[in-house]
Amino acid sequence: MTPLFSVNNITKYYGSQIGCAGASFDIYPGEVLGIVGESGSGKSTLLNCISDQLSFDEGHIFFDMQDRGFCNLANLTEPERRMLSRTDMAFVHQNPRDGLRMTVSAGGNIGERLMNTGARHYGNIRTAAAEWMERVELAAGRIDDRPSTFSGGMQQRLQIARNLVTAPRLIFMDEPTGGLDVSVQAKLLDLLRGLVQQLGLAVVVVTHDLAVVRMLADRMMVMQKGHVVETGLADQVLDDPQHPYTQLLVSSVLQV
Amino acid sequence: MTTHSEIHDDLSFEDSYNFAYLDEQTKRMIRRALLKAVAIPGYQVPFASREMPMPYGWGTGGVQVTAACLVPDDCVKVIDQGADDTTNAVSIRSFFERTAGVATTEKTTDASLIQTRHRIPETPLTEDQILVYQVPIPEPLRFLEPRETETRKMHALTEYGLMHVKLYEDISQHGHIATSYAYPVKVDDRYIMDPSPIPKFDNPKMDDCPALQLFGAGREQRIYAIPPYSKVKSLDFDDYPFSQLRAPETCAICGADDSYLDEMIIDDDGGRMFVCSDTDFCASRQNEQGFEPAEVAS
Repeated sequence: MTPLFSVNNITKYYGSQIGCAGASFDIYPGEVLGIVGESGSGKSTLLNCISDQLSFDEGHIFFDMQDRGFCNLANLTEPERRMLSRTDMAFVHQNPRDGLRMTVSAGGNIGERLMNTGARHYGNIRTAAAEWMERVELAAGRIDDRPSTFSGGMQQRLQIARNLVTAPRLIFMDEPTGGLDVSVQAKLLDLLRGLVQQLGLAVVVVTHDLAVVRMLADRMMVMQKGHVVETGLADQVLDDPQHPYTQLLVSSVLQV
Repeated sequence: MTTHSEIHDDLSFEDSYNFAYLDEQTKRMIRRALLKAVAIPGYQVPFASREMPMPYGWGTGGVQVTAACLVPDDCVKVIDQGADDTTNAVSIRSFFERTAGVATTEKTTDASLIQTRHRIPETPLTEDQILVYQVPIPEPLRFLEPRETETRKMHALTEYGLMHVKLYEDISQHGHIATSYAYPVKVDDRYIMDPSPIPKFDNPKMDDCPALQLFGAGREQRIYAIPPYSKVKSLDFDDYPFSQLRAPETCAICGADDSYLDEMIIDDDGGRMFVCSDTDFCASRQNEQGFEPAEVAS
């Protein structure tokens, strides 16, 4: 079985500073990879590099494309890469304001990816938007409201709907539960877990919240100062951390 | 010995300008942009827009394009919202009378070059004519995506889904596509273009038009063009097709039922009348019907 997405030795320098160095991993369909580490550990740099939002200095990224099989993303043309990033891939931002169009209604936000890929039938777009509102537990009656009238948790669910409407196979998430209160976080994680299982999504989720990894991820990577210091099954790493930094991280979690 | 003031007296005010105000190098630069614009229909070509003796928003782009196109035996017509007799039209017309010495006209059929603000004449244009539009904002995606770097990339890669998001919003809020002017079009199946703020009633006139259509945006420093007989399609949805819009009335003066109408408030009691926005079209219909030309109050 070939991986869906393969990252090989990604290195990014900011001048002489290391952003991230020599990160490698494979992801298979339906698998969730958590990347954890403290602020400045390079996890967001790595996520931006592999999601084609930041250029990197060394390394290769491969994706199992539907029409041409496993290929190096560097060999694609820019239109092909951009098309990929709005069809087979998706990016959920930490702040929904970065991922949503705040001046466009919820339905328009969800429909944008469809229209970007050629949908030109208003009725069909609207039906799809209403369906996805329901799937992420937003009232379909609010389809014509702007996201600025939504709460933080609702905005985040809308952002997820907007990204999933074109049925991507790989999703990048940057702190999807950041800035939400714990009960809303729990609901969102529940929703994400359900969607991941139903749709067989592969997910790369970057977070500093170990609870998110515990809930969502199958495997995890721990980063420190730009380097990957430990990888393994999520439960294994969390229950039996080997690297001193991971031990520190796990023992720092507040026990309520 | 002649004094400085005597030389100055010899030269009439008109003689002190180069033909059509702009210097030859500037006209050359604008013509190069125009040629590129014609070669790539709908593509916004950057050009080094000059300061003109009028404020931005009064047609500085259109005036520069007109100046670069004029030859001495041209006959110029200028319309503002369809009318030949409004401030903007009158002053631009006298500007070219003075700086280029060209003939001017109010008759669409007599003109070889028509500069327009926000209308296309009702009388069909011919192959011998050039229509120059004044454009305030050339970028149709501006209010959807504020980053120019991004919109250029969207044009380059034909990523135009966002334009339909705007139309989607229209339908979801108003039940129909409520955009009634500056209605986006796709030129030659490639570039999405802002037709300048003409009413969408005029959009079909751009399609397969025999005249050359040039667009100049002075403040934004962009020129674009539709070559004669190009395909110009107004954007729409399969289930919400494009439709023209005009007031469901007839012209109170000439009785036309197929022209674009202006609504005029005529008293303080809510009285109103609808008249053709194209003054030349309305006047020629009045002549055909044997009316005396309306007296102008002095």
